Amino acid sequence: MRRVEKVLILSALWCLLSVSLGARAVIETYAFSSQDLEARYHLLSQELRCPKCQNQNIADSNAPIARDLRVVLFEQLEAGATDDEILAFMVARYGEFVRYRPGMDRQTLLLWAAPGLLLVFGAAGLISHFRQRRVRAPGVLTDVEQDQIEQLLREPRA
Amino acid sequence: MRVKKFIPLFAFVLLTGLLFRGLSIDPTALPAARLGQPFPPFAQPELLSGDEISDAALTSKPALVNVWATWCYSCRVEHPYLLSLAEQGIPIYGLNYKDDSAKARDWLEQLGDPYRLNIVDVEGSVGLDLGVYGAPETYVLDADGYIVHRHVGVLDEGVFTRDFSRWFPVAATSESMPAAGGRL
Repeated sequence: MRRVEKVLILSALWCLLSVSLGARAVIETYAFSSQDLEARYHLLSQELRCPKCQNQNIADSNAPIARDLRVVLFEQLEAGATDDEILAFMVARYGEFVRYRPGMDRQTLLLWAAPGLLLVFGAAGLISHFRQRRVRAPGVLTDVEQDQIEQLLREPRA
Repeated sequence: MRVKKFIPLFAFVLLTGLLFRGLSIDPTALPAARLGQPFPPFAQPELLSGDEISDAALTSKPALVNVWATWCYSCRVEHPYLLSLAEQGIPIYGLNYKDDSAKARDWLEQLGDPYRLNIVDVEGSVGLDLGVYGAPETYVLDADGYIVHRHVGVLDEGVFTRDFSRWFPVAATSESMPAAGGRL
């Protein structure tokens, strides 16, 4: 009797598992021929910006144009296009705008240089700040200041 | 050392200027990547005749290429203005973008047909090659067939006068609404 129960439970579990596996396959719309392609698809679809809803990538967006671009991306990956070719295809149609990591040109130079520049300015600011502090720090008083202090100390307490 | 005191003020003015300029930038404006290029080659059916046409069929230039669909409400809004432009003799080619062709034919029959011809683009592939990201969009092809301007959204008289009229100097401002009627 115990064995029969075990078998029943196991087969019930198996049924549940296969149902959920089936559901997963439906959600995944694209059947990639290799895992490598799938990984590249996820990377690229997160790096391409949806032209319609501009603060989403095409992986997140439900806009029709984002769906179209995902299909194009899938087809081109399966056709053996390189990442650079796919990005060039997108940029030719939607401009550098479509990449969340735009290439370096005159328009985007400031964008790329900004973190470095800010770091340099910040470091320069900090260094000059601490240098000035060190000059003042020792607490050496001028003769006039020393006299003032002594005078104050000599004064009778009220 | 007096200058040093004013550094925060300079920084403030600089930042204010930067942010103020940011306010006047339209964040939804998308650069048209196809400007200065010829219309991308295609081979698609024509909406009314069903014949296969290519980019060579866009013969009258300068011309407008209007991206439209029956599911697009704004296209209905701009449709009367397109009719009046066509009446003034401006060639307009349609790109029926991701639409149901039967519905599109009904639309032209009921509302009038301002188009010289209509490229059927059910899959949106011509639109993709053109860099279309919605409807309506209107492109200007110059006398040599190069894309020289893209307008996103409803085309009306104000937009036309401001952005389009330099390619179509003959088109005067129109007062009268044209009667709906087919023309090809």
